Amino acid sequence: MIAIIDYHAGNLTSVARAVSHIGCKCAVTHSREQIEAADRIIFPGVGAAGSAMESLKRLGLDTTIKAMFLAGKPILGICLGTQIIMGHSEENNTRCLGFVNGNVCAFPSKMPSANGICLKIPHMGWNRIQILYDHPIFSGVNENDEFYFVHSFYPAPGNKEHILSVTDYGISFPSVVGFDNIIATQFHLEKSGRPGLIILKNFCTWQPC
Amino acid sequence: MLSKRIIPCLDVRAGKTTKGVKFKNNIDIGDPVEMARLYYEAGADEIVFYDITASHEDRDIMIDVVERVAKTAFIPFSVGGGIRGVDDMRRVLLAGAEKVSVNTAAVKDPHIIAKGAEAFGSQCIVLGMDAKHVGKKKNTPSGYEIVINGGRTYTGIDAVEWAKESEGLGAGEICLNSIDSDGIRDGYELKLTALIAENVGLPVIASGGAGKPKHLYDVLTKGKADAALIASMVHYGTYTISQIKSYLDDFGVKIRKTW
Repeated sequence: MIAIIDYHAGNLTSVARAVSHIGCKCAVTHSREQIEAADRIIFPGVGAAGSAMESLKRLGLDTTIKAMFLAGKPILGICLGTQIIMGHSEENNTRCLGFVNGNVCAFPSKMPSANGICLKIPHMGWNRIQILYDHPIFSGVNENDEFYFVHSFYPAPGNKEHILSVTDYGISFPSVVGFDNIIATQFHLEKSGRPGLIILKNFCTWQPC
Repeated sequence: MLSKRIIPCLDVRAGKTTKGVKFKNNIDIGDPVEMARLYYEAGADEIVFYDITASHEDRDIMIDVVERVAKTAFIPFSVGGGIRGVDDMRRVLLAGAEKVSVNTAAVKDPHIIAKGAEAFGSQCIVLGMDAKHVGKKKNTPSGYEIVINGGRTYTGIDAVEWAKESEGLGAGEICLNSIDSDGIRDGYELKLTALIAENVGLPVIASGGAGKPKHLYDVLTKGKADAALIASMVHYGTYTISQIKSYLDDFGVKIRKTW
């Protein structure tokens, strides 16, 4: 069973529907017992880093997720979940969980674009990823595949080996990060059509070394 | 870089997809859930649903449609029509929509935008705008006026001013429909679209007038739109989304090529 962590950060039904669609059992939950009993964990989220960390602490889930991470359970971060696993976020100047060393940074303002209008923030829509390190979760993903992003901040791991893919939007930013038993995508796997479902499915069978 | 988005628009009335010309003479053309699935599989980047009657009974039917779409189409989709407050927004978002759009209700009470953005985040809140060319006047320096109630009521509000105000209130995106070009299949209103896109920092979805791929090319380049809404040209099988995307790709527009 996969626990989809519910910490009052956005609508998680889409993630649950996508996991069910690929034939895996899941539960959207904030119960510590249920999370501890799960085989793997999906840590999604939409919203602001500050209030998300507050909710996690209030529910006591920061320590639960950390214990699962240290125990080696596969963990998948999505969007805000990917930012919360970093050390610190520029959004609301928030201290985060710190599983991955590094910061969450805001896109620079006024990045120029081709048609004379500044690039719009948030970065919202479909974009490609350039895979830097081979990883089992990328199995079946093609070079031209695109993924659905909605975000104004991005993760910037201190250790470059933790950056598994990058995406271009005015700057080149890390779009998938991970190491050991953690993998995290800035884009929404559950809204990225076939390639998103492939990565989600890969995660569901992934056995970290 | 971001791809320009191609977005089929399904007008839904009592659980059936319908299509009218200049907001009138609607005829039923299919099951919205099945059409959404086909468009998802055919490479649509997003789907827009408008509940065009939105009586209380139809509202429940629409929620059922949204829930069924969410189980089969794993791309973002938005729902508009008859959204009157945060409770209406919550219902469609929990049913599986990524975004909600507000139009007439936001003109009547602009704070609905702020309340929605605060409750669910700006990325969820699309401002639907119906604009009509009226010429430059004191109230409408841009030459375009906002009309509501499906194009029937003039508001005296300038289209560019309204777009800017919505951005300040927390809208995350603008879906701009030209009443003059809607359903005519003779091309989008390029001047209006570029005017709005240049004056706000929000993504702009152009709507109204798509008849052939060249129209999408024009609005995504000269019109400076981030996305283009299509309806008749795909609903009746005149073009496939693949054909439209191939055309755009040939002319150098960045689009999503695999799905």
